[in-house]
Amino acid sequence: MTSRVLGVVLGAAVLALVPTPRLTAQGANLPPVIQPRNAADSLLESRTTELARELRCPVCQGLSIQDSPSELSQQMRALVKEQIVSGKSDEDVLAYFVSKYGEWILLAPKARGFNLVAYLLPPLLLVAGAVGVWMLVKSWTRQPQVVSASSGAEAPPED
Amino acid sequence: MNWRRAAWASLAAAPVVTLLAWGMTRDPNEIHSPLPGREAPAFALRVFAPGEPPLARTVGDTLTLGRMRGKIVVLNFWASWCLECRVEHRDLSTVARQMTDKPVQFIGVLYNDVASAGLDWIQGMSGQAYPGVLDPGARTAIDYGLYGVPETFVIDGKGRVAYKHTGAIPAELLTLKIDSLLAAGSAASAPTGPVVP
Amino acid sequence: MTRLLAVDALWFGLIVSVVGGIVAPIMIARGKRLGQWVTIAQAAVYANFAVVTVATLAMMWALARHDFSISYVAQVGSRATPLFYTIISLWGALEGSILFWAWVLALYSAAVVYTNRNRPGLLVPYASAVLLLIALFFHILLVGPANPLHLVSPIPLDGPGPNPLLQNHILMAVHPPLLYLGYVGMSVPFAFAAGAMLAGEVASDDWIRLTRRWTMLAWALLTAAVIAGMWWSYEVLGWGGYWAWDPVENASFIPWLTATAFLHSVIVQERRQMLKLWNVNLVVGTFVLTLLGTFLTRSGIISSVHAFTQGTIGFYFLTFIAVVLIGSLVMVAGNSEKFRSQGQLDAALSRETIFLLNNLLLTVLCFTVLIGTLFPLIAEAVRGVKVSVGEPFFNRMTLPVMVSLLFLMGIGPALPWKHGNMNDLKKKMIPGAIVAMILASIVIAFGSRSLYAVLAFAFAGFAATMNVQEFVIGARARQSAHRESFGTALVRLVKGNRRRYGGYVAHIGIIVSAFGIAASSAFRSEGEATLKPGETLTVGTVTARLKEVWGREEPQRSVIGATVELVRDGTVYATLSPRMNFYPTSQTPIPTPDVRSTPFGDTYMNLMAFQPDGSNATVKVILEPLVPWIWIGGGIICLGALLSAWPMKRVA
Repeated sequence: MTSRVLGVVLGAAVLALVPTPRLTAQGANLPPVIQPRNAADSLLESRTTELARELRCPVCQGLSIQDSPSELSQQMRALVKEQIVSGKSDEDVLAYFVSKYGEWILLAPKARGFNLVAYLLPPLLLVAGAVGVWMLVKSWTRQPQVVSASSGAEAPPED
Repeated sequence: MNWRRAAWASLAAAPVVTLLAWGMTRDPNEIHSPLPGREAPAFALRVFAPGEPPLARTVGDTLTLGRMRGKIVVLNFWASWCLECRVEHRDLSTVARQMTDKPVQFIGVLYNDVASAGLDWIQGMSGQAYPGVLDPGARTAIDYGLYGVPETFVIDGKGRVAYKHTGAIPAELLTLKIDSLLAAGSAASAPTGPVVP
Repeated sequence: MTRLLAVDALWFGLIVSVVGGIVAPIMIARGKRLGQWVTIAQAAVYANFAVVTVATLAMMWALARHDFSISYVAQVGSRATPLFYTIISLWGALEGSILFWAWVLALYSAAVVYTNRNRPGLLVPYASAVLLLIALFFHILLVGPANPLHLVSPIPLDGPGPNPLLQNHILMAVHPPLLYLGYVGMSVPFAFAAGAMLAGEVASDDWIRLTRRWTMLAWALLTAAVIAGMWWSYEVLGWGGYWAWDPVENASFIPWLTATAFLHSVIVQERRQMLKLWNVNLVVGTFVLTLLGTFLTRSGIISSVHAFTQGTIGFYFLTFIAVVLIGSLVMVAGNSEKFRSQGQLDAALSRETIFLLNNLLLTVLCFTVLIGTLFPLIAEAVRGVKVSVGEPFFNRMTLPVMVSLLFLMGIGPALPWKHGNMNDLKKKMIPGAIVAMILASIVIAFGSRSLYAVLAFAFAGFAATMNVQEFVIGARARQSAHRESFGTALVRLVKGNRRRYGGYVAHIGIIVSAFGIAASSAFRSEGEATLKPGETLTVGTVTARLKEVWGREEPQRSVIGATVELVRDGTVYATLSPRMNFYPTSQTPIPTPDVRSTPFGDTYMNLMAFQPDGSNATVKVILEPLVPWIWIGGGIICLGALLSAWPMKRVA
């Protein structure tokens, strides 16, 4: 019974830890709650903010154009907004900047080709580790039991 | 002490150390631009600093890339607050004057600055041979994938970006690039004669 | 004079490190005149501390006296810089930071050897030797590529002063020393693990027992350093954030993760004689990761906010890392058979299993951050293309793990060792589950639609309840057993088991910080406007009115500031003065934001731009809910660690 529980816990941990890029958390950056002037405005703002979070400020150290106070970042942000208004899709906007600055401008590498290594290795490690933990716990509980004190007995002084 | 196991385990250090050692040979700040080899992004920018004869243009005129087909265009991004721009400034004007009789157009694009500051700077640097233009909203700068100033782009007669230089460009290098493009005949199909603004 | 004194001291330190780190262990291994060489090894540690202290004091004296004949002083000193910032510029640039590192290492080494000076056996002598070998590396740097004591001739009259960013805030005095104390502290468990393997004393767990408190101390200091770094970044850099997943931030986080894993799994080893090999790997791994982190900062291999310098020092570090890595792999793998675990579990549902899961998640998290930090390098090596790995990647990949860890933090304390009971656990979880649901509803009611925000708040509330509950349950049990008042019972409970309850306090600290992080991420709002004096900007419930734009001259810089009043119902309840600082050595101004903190959150204001004639100013206002709790939580974590490590009265 407890090993089943363990299985559920491990399974849930595995599922929870497979990264799901855009399904959860709207881009998985916890988005701000913005004071909307009207619905369309706030939608434009949030889409701009979301995209701006994905683009790297070219003159800063690792900040996004959303976070960076530099002038170039603000200008790029304005350009992003303009492009959204003119009907471009998210991929188009990002592709435009990539065509000018190279892949470097994206703060998360495109999940394609070799870059998948960065996205897949951690979950693989997690699964492998979960299996390892499972096997370890099984081997530890397999031995014939030494009669222990009543369940829940507390420990010797040092814990 | 299990030496066999130890020997095998020590191999695990190799990939990490190799990667880091290789990394030491790279410059993390050197980013390759995707522009060279591709068609140069179009621009139409307003003149604010006329330059000096014979390369001068009227203040208020618009310089359009499309109308410069057939000429080699040297596009230099600069700003009055940029220290390194001072290093290359005289060289740029000198080379521009040297190329007066050739189908070469020099343009200085002011980046994230105000026109008055730019004009003061030019005056302080004893003038600028070629016209300077404004780039509102840094649209052209972004179009050219600017990382900072100074950056210089050399565009061939067919409208393709031939070369991008980050940082102050030495006169010899610039002359070399222009001359090799001229020699390669990329300006051959150009209409010579009076410049059409 | 000062210079020569310091130079001599450092050369002496180099020699002492060679004697104690290379000669002594070889002689001890040979068994020749054992007693004598053991004494020499011990004396070498003390001697090293003495000379490095002399050198460090000399450097601080030279900085204070503006002795520009010394290269490091000429590099970071300036007559215009206030004395306080001059002193702390000791660690402001590369060479000084290496000297400071050497001093911290010498201090730790001397202290840990002194407290174990009467222990028989070869564990301590070998551990001393390892510590001195590490010191030797830094001595080589100090007389070589990181020499702060070159003679400058002709002697300049003044210097450029420290980096402006390092002069803007008092936390600059706090963050680097804490970081070094934390980082270098991880050398101690490493040295003792290595010493145990060299001395053949692996079977006993002495090396763990002797270093447990040192590891806890180093962990607490590293935690404080990370939090202080976040706070400094927040108050100084002007973008309103506290963590950007910058490579150097990651470099301090990665060893913290393995150290945290070790703190948990070492308890399993002590109680149940399990996970021995794993723990050695964690200790060694933590130390290697601290070296890697330092390498990343100083080699120029990855560009970052912090990058000190490029140059030859990178090669020295890389060589040292290679030596340590290979040496450690050889030692651990060669001794791996001696780390056989005994013990068994009665049931899968037990605290041991939770600790295993905790270690799994922390290790995966560590790996994720590590691979993200190194990936630009790897991708360039493989594809020849430069890519960036920044916040979107790290948030996406780490949030699930971190939220799961929050959940585990609630379960672990509630489960007993060896054999947990499912029904007991379920009963215990009821209050926590209720709190979780309440918080989830509140978060949703406030407008968040983010799954992770809801989960973070829910699990944090759950874990907080579970941890606090342990205190209550324990105290109540004592109350009925000993007829004490609740307060007395509580105090005696904690005193009787400091490690456990200190741990729960640390958990609570982490949870408090987690609340701050979750709230300021999920409910942040911002606005920016260009204002003329008298005009207002409203963001959320805060209305800011520009009063005036002003300027002033200070000895080391020019300052332009905006005085902004916060008004409500017509009355001014606060005044903020964000500034821009212009240093002569810097091309662009350094902004200093101003922050108003309340228990509910911060009003964060940054001056983005201004008109030279003072006619208007562009101001950005960010509302950051619950941010002060991040720093408060950090304090609670340290209190918990302190409580946990507090020495108990020795049982005879």
